[in-house]
Amino acid sequence: MSSILEISNLSLSFGGVKALQDVSFRVPENTVTTVIGPNGAGKTSLFNCISGFYKPQQGTIRYQGEVLAGVKPPVRAAMGLARTFQNIALFRGMTVLDNIKLGAHVHMKSGLLGSLAYFGAARREEMAVRSHVEQHIIDFLEIDHIRRQPVASLSYGLQKRVELARALAMRPKVLMLDEPVAGMNREEKEDMARFILDIREEWGVTVLMVEHDMGMVMDISDHIAVLNFGQVITEGLPEEVQKNPQVIEAYLGTSDMDSLRKKLNPEQEVA
Amino acid sequence: MRIGDAKQSYEADEAILTSSTQKIWFALFLFALLLFPFMADAYLLYLGCLVGIAVISTTGLNILTGFTGLISLGQAGFMGVGGYTVAWLSANTGLPFPVTLLLAGLLAAAVGILVGLPSLRVKGLYLAIATLAASVFLHFIFAEWESVTGGMGGLSLEPAHLFGLTFQSDFGMYFIIVPLAVLMVLAAKNVFRTRIGRAFIAIRDRDISAEILGINLLHYKLMSFALSSFYAGVAGGLFAYFFRVVTPESFPLSMSIFYLAAVIVGGMGNLLGGILGAAFMTLIPEALKLLTAALTPFYPNAPIFMSPMLEIIFGALIVGFLIFEPHGLAEIWHRIRRFFSLWPFKN
Repeated sequence: MSSILEISNLSLSFGGVKALQDVSFRVPENTVTTVIGPNGAGKTSLFNCISGFYKPQQGTIRYQGEVLAGVKPPVRAAMGLARTFQNIALFRGMTVLDNIKLGAHVHMKSGLLGSLAYFGAARREEMAVRSHVEQHIIDFLEIDHIRRQPVASLSYGLQKRVELARALAMRPKVLMLDEPVAGMNREEKEDMARFILDIREEWGVTVLMVEHDMGMVMDISDHIAVLNFGQVITEGLPEEVQKNPQVIEAYLGTSDMDSLRKKLNPEQEVA
Repeated sequence: MRIGDAKQSYEADEAILTSSTQKIWFALFLFALLLFPFMADAYLLYLGCLVGIAVISTTGLNILTGFTGLISLGQAGFMGVGGYTVAWLSANTGLPFPVTLLLAGLLAAAVGILVGLPSLRVKGLYLAIATLAASVFLHFIFAEWESVTGGMGGLSLEPAHLFGLTFQSDFGMYFIIVPLAVLMVLAAKNVFRTRIGRAFIAIRDRDISAEILGINLLHYKLMSFALSSFYAGVAGGLFAYFFRVVTPESFPLSMSIFYLAAVIVGGMGNLLGGILGAAFMTLIPEALKLLTAALTPFYPNAPIFMSPMLEIIFGALIVGFLIFEPHGLAEIWHRIRRFFSLWPFKN
């Protein structure tokens, strides 16, 4: 299977803190690929590198074969990289509908004069976006009852869903979801899992996800990469990852003192 | 209770006036604006023109500060650019007023873009200081560039003219100012129905995620500065035609603060709020003066007592509104509307 996103030897550090060290993994096209790892493993930093918000010191990110270094975040958005955020980043001053329509921004062209007059092409473009958003996104995500509400008044689960709607309005090729079901109840999680699978199957979108809920991760992922202390421990199918001893160690720790010593003090071991 | 206005098309749903009740009230309002100059005395007409100019400038500042979240203390400076442009053009070219006002707006927009350049790096109070510096700088230019601006003495203007008509009186000016104010507020309303307005609000609410969602921050911040100063420039041009003289003291720093206060008192990020704020800030000092005059027959000392008090009362009213109505005058209006659209059911 060809990879839509290929990350090779990516390193990112903030002063002395190495957030990502030599991270390499690939996201096969039209899969649900999940990045897991304990807190502070560098998952969100990785997302921020892909969105262009952080600039990695080393390594490359290839998207559809093209190196992304130097491409500004808005341009990446226009190329089809959409994302949601861990701490919901909706625009609180706008209604649900306007938040979603904002996602379509990069695909719209009307300029200032057209907007001032709300006439001709600008008006037609707004109507086209409205009808696309209504028929394909609001209906699909079952949020038609809240479209007029300001986002601040919604429950956490619905806010997450609106954020997903906004990302879908960007017509993504790769949809990056940062903890899509964190803080949700069981029912909301099931809905979200269903939406994610539908997005991959019906829309042909590649989903790249960061998530802690192992039940959901193992159920819906086609490909998993495990990150710990800024390094990729392993990647592969869910069953393979589950059995990997290093993954178990990263999550559960270890009783083996030798390996712990080795990890804490590699130089001493050499000497 | 508002019922029976289900929409059959998205177009109808996204219209500015969505129900027939709204359309009727808006038509009545426009009719009242048209009738006003025929009924009002000279003093009210003068106030009406001032409110119209203030509405245009406040709407401009609202776009920048209320909707895009960029605090500016440069509004008076941009109005000055517009005012001097109109004054210079009318003295040197004899162009009709639509052209001079358009050029005034465009030149102010260009200056606004220059002043807005630091806005990508500096935000909040720091941006306020940067725009303050720009307005001091503009004031210096108005005062010192004598060959163009006439120095401290300023410039005086011929009345506005078009197709041989001259607009000499307040009555004539009213028919330039008020239609322009209505048009420009509607244009601003249109902007916030489209992608550009959404981009402005996104920048205000969360600039970092806006960028990741595909909004070029510098582009839209500068566009907001340009649009806002265009409004200021047109308002400044109207100000020049209205008073027929511009001096550096026509556009003092306190004027920038006046407009910022109008935006905040009216309701940041709400066009109706800008209109109400502009009317409030213009009319309340006048109303207080009228109150003083009304009290004088009963308390002969009223003028002596009241005149120093006016500023204090005015300030106290502003503080009061901020405390009791933090979302601005527009929120009061929304409450009234909600009451009628739900009546006879509660809340």
